[in-house]
Amino acid sequence: MTTFDEKYTFTAKTKRSLAITLAVGIVLLVVGIFMNMGDGGHGEEHAATAVSEQLVASTGRVVSEAAAGGESHETATWLKRLYTDLWINNMFFVGLGVIGLFFFALQYAAQAYWSTAMLRVAMAIGNWLPFAFLLIIGVFFVGKHDLFHWTHDYLYDPNSPDFDAIINGKKAYLNMPFYLGRMIVFLGGWYMFFLYMKKHALAEDIEGGGIERWKKIRSSAAWFLVFFAVSSSMSAWDWVMSIDTHWFSTMFGWYVFSSWWVSGLALITLLVIFLKEQGYLSIVNENHLHDIGKFIFGFSIFWTYLWFSQFLLIYYANIPEETVYFVERLTTQYRPVFYINIFINFVFPFLALMTRDSKRQMAILKIVSVIVLAGHWLDFYLMITPGVMKYDGGFGFMEIGTTLIYLAIFLWVVLNNLAKHPLIAKNHPTLQESLHHHI
Amino acid sequence: MHVTSQIREPLITGGKTMADVSEDLCRQVEGKPSKSWIVAFTVAVSVLTIGAISAGTLLWEGVGVWGLNKTVGWAWDITNFVWWVGIGHAGTLISAVLLLFRQKWRMSINRAAEAMTIFAVICAAMFPAFHMGRLWLGFYWALPLPNTFGSLWVNFNSPLLWDVFAISTYFSVSLVFWYIGLVPDFATIRDRAKNKVSKMIYGGLSLGWTGGAKDWSRYESVSLILAGLATPLVLSVHTIVSMDFATSVIPGWHTTIFPPYFVAGAIFSGFAMVLTLLLITRKVFHLEDYITIQHIELMNIIIIVTGSIVGIAYITEFFIAWYSGVPAEQYAFINRATGPYWWAYVSMMTANVVSPQVFWIKKIRTSIVATFILSIIVNIGMWFERFVIIVTSLHRDYVPSSWAMFYPTKHDVGMYLFSFGFFFTAYLLFSKFFPVVNIAEVKSILNTDGEKTTD
Repeated sequence: MTTFDEKYTFTAKTKRSLAITLAVGIVLLVVGIFMNMGDGGHGEEHAATAVSEQLVASTGRVVSEAAAGGESHETATWLKRLYTDLWINNMFFVGLGVIGLFFFALQYAAQAYWSTAMLRVAMAIGNWLPFAFLLIIGVFFVGKHDLFHWTHDYLYDPNSPDFDAIINGKKAYLNMPFYLGRMIVFLGGWYMFFLYMKKHALAEDIEGGGIERWKKIRSSAAWFLVFFAVSSSMSAWDWVMSIDTHWFSTMFGWYVFSSWWVSGLALITLLVIFLKEQGYLSIVNENHLHDIGKFIFGFSIFWTYLWFSQFLLIYYANIPEETVYFVERLTTQYRPVFYINIFINFVFPFLALMTRDSKRQMAILKIVSVIVLAGHWLDFYLMITPGVMKYDGGFGFMEIGTTLIYLAIFLWVVLNNLAKHPLIAKNHPTLQESLHHHI
Repeated sequence: MHVTSQIREPLITGGKTMADVSEDLCRQVEGKPSKSWIVAFTVAVSVLTIGAISAGTLLWEGVGVWGLNKTVGWAWDITNFVWWVGIGHAGTLISAVLLLFRQKWRMSINRAAEAMTIFAVICAAMFPAFHMGRLWLGFYWALPLPNTFGSLWVNFNSPLLWDVFAISTYFSVSLVFWYIGLVPDFATIRDRAKNKVSKMIYGGLSLGWTGGAKDWSRYESVSLILAGLATPLVLSVHTIVSMDFATSVIPGWHTTIFPPYFVAGAIFSGFAMVLTLLLITRKVFHLEDYITIQHIELMNIIIIVTGSIVGIAYITEFFIAWYSGVPAEQYAFINRATGPYWWAYVSMMTANVVSPQVFWIKKIRTSIVATFILSIIVNIGMWFERFVIIVTSLHRDYVPSSWAMFYPTKHDVGMYLFSFGFFFTAYLLFSKFFPVVNIAEVKSILNTDGEKTTD
């Protein structure tokens, strides 16, 4: 009935679709850039004065930055926006990549069986990690002064008129050598763990190894989880929170993790359904889909829980240096995105996946997963754009274009790697349990 | 068909048959109380009685008998409240979350853990209730009644009121969950009963359970529904408790990570208390084949995970306090570690963050003695955590002339003893008259080990 040796073929048809996606992405991006070049940064003054009146009393930040922007040499708006879009996608896709590994590791650590047939899909996603590594470091070097305000030397010079005492106080953490060191350790560490676990998982197909090999992977999975617990939070502070350099929230690391996690679950679901539709993974049935559907449902609520806790506590205490983050997102052009974010990441999956039947049908899971992925992309958009672009941010061809380019390359990498190895871990000690999974 | 992988170890050892299970688990309910039980019960009731003196004094004299002052207006009372609520998280976590995750090992421990939850929540509720001073009025003061009723409208903006709703809901759901699990076992005891009185009492408690297919089908649906409802409840309760502090602007209290970190801490201390109680119960009632080393090891793993989450949260708070550049926040955290309450901070850090890490060593997490000692250390640490958060954040008021220290009086200690006395008295009564392990559910997981196929 089932063959455990099935292998995915990365067909010419799929490759063509991805190539078209890539081409469309490039065209949209180029069109978007041209449109933006002609446009300039309109509306800047208007928005800046409106909002700065509310904020001037608290931090004076908006005013001083607007002033600084007028004097110093500024990067063209379109280029800044391009860096922003690249960074959003870097953050979103590195999250997907590392969640592939996290999901894989978690299943071993928890001794789970329902997910055994999906392990190879999750593992394939981890192949994005080296690409993410290069892209993050590359974009950081090119765009760091536009993306990260704290990278400017004048902020730390007491004689400079732009000296910033608060940012200067963070110097022990936000300085180039330490920051880059952390970046390399986190991304490199994730990749090392990935290579190690992948090596053993694949060797299991050929050499077997049963419970001993399983235990070996489980113990490296446990170490990875410890490393990831620390590095996921810190990378969220480094790569996302430090964009709004003055602002801080202890929740932020876990918040970014929850966004990554639920997106990763949606991606695994989509890939499994994609494979099933092509006739692969017949051993994954509605019972397994039901379980991963529950995860998407549950962790969408979990994301909302963290979102709400962070928002409510900041809103309630109403301390200006904290509320500024939400003021910047609620009183500006980002306001619609702010509400859409909650709607499509919470209300929609909550209602759509509530019933048992909806979690067992591929059609519904497919729609929900796509929307959840788009929703969490928007979440990263909302975390990154206002801090970098201030009032010049927008949503248009440039954002869609860059995202399509990333998506095409990402899927190419994942599917290409998926095709290299058997789709099912045939010697996995819990495979038999997974085959007889019935809920 | 059902398959079990070779990676699974048997959950129930000793080759028990169905009859053995009923026999082993009903024995202490049907027999005379053992000597050790009588001794323990006497001690618990004595502690309760001594504590009752403090409780009575407090009701007669007012909350002034506690050591609170103008600066430190909250101390042991709310520390004990949060500590007990935290302990009350493990039971429903075991019965609800582990049920949703299909963790069958929960079946040997859920009954006792749920009972513990219920008693711990009652202990917790004592403290705000007594803190209201006039206990007999407090019950309706806490209810949302209009001004015309004679009390005042409650303050809906206050997380303390949200606590009233969250905890009472949690208590009700936990109680129903626990009772429904008990029904089939009450029926077992009823059917085995030799004398009329117990036949009548357990017959009444079992609500006419017949053990038919329909009964079981309803039992399973209701368990799943309750698990689905109880899971967000477990999270919400400690979330709202954390908001008692985090919605304020007190440095050290106002931090966004509080809700999930309090939940993790609650599960951490709850599991530690489950271990403390079950290790004794297991020994006294000879349940070694039901609560095996594997159960203890798995609970210890949960303790490592939640303890590490709590540790990461401590470090995150400390780091962000520095990173924020807010002098008041920075001072609050430095003062915690180096101020007059440094010893409380050190106790919290060693007991909560460092000590559970020894469970990474398999030898230690499978050792009964080590587990027992650590389970108590963890709960000492978790008590200090709340004390550190509450007292060290308050005692340095905004104006240095208001700085103060908190010194507990004998009535602070007395009320704490009162809650302990109640907790152990209730737990001992439960363990004597109710089966401490779920008989019916344990029967369903006999023989589930090693690469076997069963229909």
